[in-house]
Amino acid sequence: MFGKLTLDAVPLGEPIIMVTVAAIVLGGLGIVGAITYFKKWGYLWREWITSVDHKKLGIMYFLVALVMLLRGFADAIMMRSQLAMASAGAEGFLPPSHYDQIFTAHGVIMIFFVAMPMVIGLMNLVVPLQIGARDVAFPFMNNLSFWLFAGGVILVNVSLFVGEFAKTGWLAYAPLSGKEYSPGVGVDYWIWALQISGIGTTLTGINFFVTILKMRTKGMTLFRMPIFTWTSLCTNALIIASFPILTATIALLTLDRYLGFHFFTTDFGGNMMMYVNLIWAWGHPEVYILILPAFGVFSEVISTFARKRLFGYGTMVWATVAITFLSFIVWLHHFFTMGAGANVNAFFGIATMIIAIPTGVKIFNWLFTMYRGSLEFTSPVLWTLGFIITFTLGGMTGVMLAVPAANFVLHNSLFVIAHFHNVIIGGVVFGMLAGLTFWFPKAFGFTLDEKWGKRSFWCWVIGFYVAFMPLYVLSFFGAVRRMQSYENGDWQPLMIVAWVGALIIAAGIACTVIQFIVSIRDRKKNADVTGDPWDGRTLEWSTSSPAPFYNFAHEPEVNDLDDFWDRKQRNNGKSPLSTPPYQDIHMPKDTWEGPVLGLLATVFGFALVWHIWWLAIVGGIGTFAVFMARVFREDVDYYVPAAEVERIEREHQQRVEMQA
Amino acid sequence: MATDTLSNHEDHAHEHDHHDTAGTKIFGFWIYLMSDLVIFGSLFATYAVLLGGTAGGPSGADIFALDLILVSTFLLLVSSFTYGMAVLAMNADQVDKVKKWLVITFLLGAGFIGIEVYEFQHLIHEGFGPDRSAFLSAFFTLVGTHGLHVTFGLIWIAVMLIQLQQKGLTDMTRPRIMCLSLFWHFLDIIWICVFSFVYLMGVL
Repeated sequence: MFGKLTLDAVPLGEPIIMVTVAAIVLGGLGIVGAITYFKKWGYLWREWITSVDHKKLGIMYFLVALVMLLRGFADAIMMRSQLAMASAGAEGFLPPSHYDQIFTAHGVIMIFFVAMPMVIGLMNLVVPLQIGARDVAFPFMNNLSFWLFAGGVILVNVSLFVGEFAKTGWLAYAPLSGKEYSPGVGVDYWIWALQISGIGTTLTGINFFVTILKMRTKGMTLFRMPIFTWTSLCTNALIIASFPILTATIALLTLDRYLGFHFFTTDFGGNMMMYVNLIWAWGHPEVYILILPAFGVFSEVISTFARKRLFGYGTMVWATVAITFLSFIVWLHHFFTMGAGANVNAFFGIATMIIAIPTGVKIFNWLFTMYRGSLEFTSPVLWTLGFIITFTLGGMTGVMLAVPAANFVLHNSLFVIAHFHNVIIGGVVFGMLAGLTFWFPKAFGFTLDEKWGKRSFWCWVIGFYVAFMPLYVLSFFGAVRRMQSYENGDWQPLMIVAWVGALIIAAGIACTVIQFIVSIRDRKKNADVTGDPWDGRTLEWSTSSPAPFYNFAHEPEVNDLDDFWDRKQRNNGKSPLSTPPYQDIHMPKDTWEGPVLGLLATVFGFALVWHIWWLAIVGGIGTFAVFMARVFREDVDYYVPAAEVERIEREHQQRVEMQA
Repeated sequence: MATDTLSNHEDHAHEHDHHDTAGTKIFGFWIYLMSDLVIFGSLFATYAVLLGGTAGGPSGADIFALDLILVSTFLLLVSSFTYGMAVLAMNADQVDKVKKWLVITFLLGAGFIGIEVYEFQHLIHEGFGPDRSAFLSAFFTLVGTHGLHVTFGLIWIAVMLIQLQQKGLTDMTRPRIMCLSLFWHFLDIIWICVFSFVYLMGVL
């Protein structure tokens, strides 16, 4: 009846897990209770769950990402604590089977369920506004993408208290992830969580690629697009070209595990290095999927707060395009030790080093944008400065790893861990937190508290260096990644330093949480009435904050890069308000099918994890039926009457006048 | 060309946003097809790598029945032609002819799938199933993924026949018939690669 699922699957004997589960269950019950008490279910369903508004979806992505950041960070602090303790024969507090799940979950969560939704959330919030569009190309699909992503999140979290998670490392290398060496359900959770959310990501990639190419407003040629939109375009091109490889790879692993195929097995002619090649042919473009939008954020932030047009816009675009292309011909540098031969390794080593050139171009563009600008040291600027220094450092250790001969020594050592945290924290996390602070007022109509934002920055940047510089050092002494304990007691002092660094980062995360609380408390004081709190340069600042659901009363027309800035200069520095006559606006209707499809896909995945075949069939048929309901539905759009547009625009204008 | 043909029929009563929605859909579908192509690319690459992994089992030359595959290949190629006729009929606003050609396309596609099911069932019966060797795993997965796509195409044709019956040629059904057309021809191209790369090169 329940396949492999029995009560034994709940790890009652693991106090750490059970306390966590109890906290999650109590917290969840509290939230459910509060929603019921305040009678907000209908509101939640109508305004958020079924919404096709890209801005609301963006907010939901970011919300889930921040919650998952807490979970991923809890894993991180447990690993650092374990390694601070488990020295010279001591066992620490995490047995290997638990520790292995933790480092796997940490990597999977941080990449797929924190960094990805932050990037996609920011794209959702910002890109349609920057190109002067009223929504994305396929609004229903946008909602569906979110709920497929949410399905992946649910499966990863369910694995915490029903069964186990993979113990294989975040990429589940074969043959370790095969049935023979991982007979449990951990890898199956990994498979279905990533497969379902990965399909959502592919749909997002298609959606935004088409949105950017087809939905730009009048006069916005490709080379008048803001840089964040450009980097998003390249990121979506990467998603479209690389995520299908992930889908195929996971499908092959699924066939190996479920139906006894022999793609990656050690016998019957299987080839496990094929798995490693395939997964990195997706995996390397993936890191650029994450970092390119962060580059876009820094570009917007730095030109806004330096009050200058971005230095070298054209080179910035071409550097982005070059990185997009190069990201597909470097994947083998993740496994130089495979033994592909000197020539192959040399090719991939050189290709990797070449990426440093367009990246260097970008660094200089940011520096020259600041040069002779009137830089305002807001927290987004601090994140940007922290990024420029930290990322440059991480980039250099990357070039070191790109030397095949050096790589044979550094492979699988803590050097690799230090390097990619150096670029992911210094690049993606700093970028997303800068973007969060920068665009928060556009989403909510008030700015975030600067004092706590700056505190968060300092904790993160100091914490990062304290936590990860020791790992570079330890790697030279021979410390490797994914070790649960170590014999050499000399490593312990540096491990403790790294643990202290993690605590400082924890303080940074706490500062961000406090920042939200304080900002919500002071939202009247920090209200952004004009819709343009930073004296911005691009179209998203030309509409009110929070932006009306139709984004723009009139379709804007642009004649130049930073056209909005020019318009303000012609209007005494003030943002021009919309004027009558207004017209009816064509908008998409909300969808119940998106969340229901996401839920059914989650049920389908859960059933397959536990081999509950009847439930998988129910989930599969249900998915098909609901999809058909969508296919046959005709009332998918409506018109907002001009009078309604006028009323909303009037309200905004009155607020602006009152403030003036 | 596909987009141009379609935009002739684009007359929304009140088109305030200056975006051609049918064109956007078809462009989006092109992009989806390119992502699907990457899946097939991954499967072709895997097949190439595992070609020698027969583990003492049969190689392609031992098991491929080329004459049968030739028949199924022609069924699929002709179905692409008949689908093209359906699109021409749509452009001439002859809804009955569209339906007629779609039914013929459906039958040809179903014939193709029938032969594939027979081939697979026969191989498994002989003891040459996908669990026999890495080569056979890769073969069944590559050919089977194509077959699965064709099956979805058949379901899609059936849905379009129902919608044409209910609604006729509208702003909703026209872009879908165009997208399905792209999908169907795309699968034909993939099959030509499968036929050449898997069957012909396997036997010759």
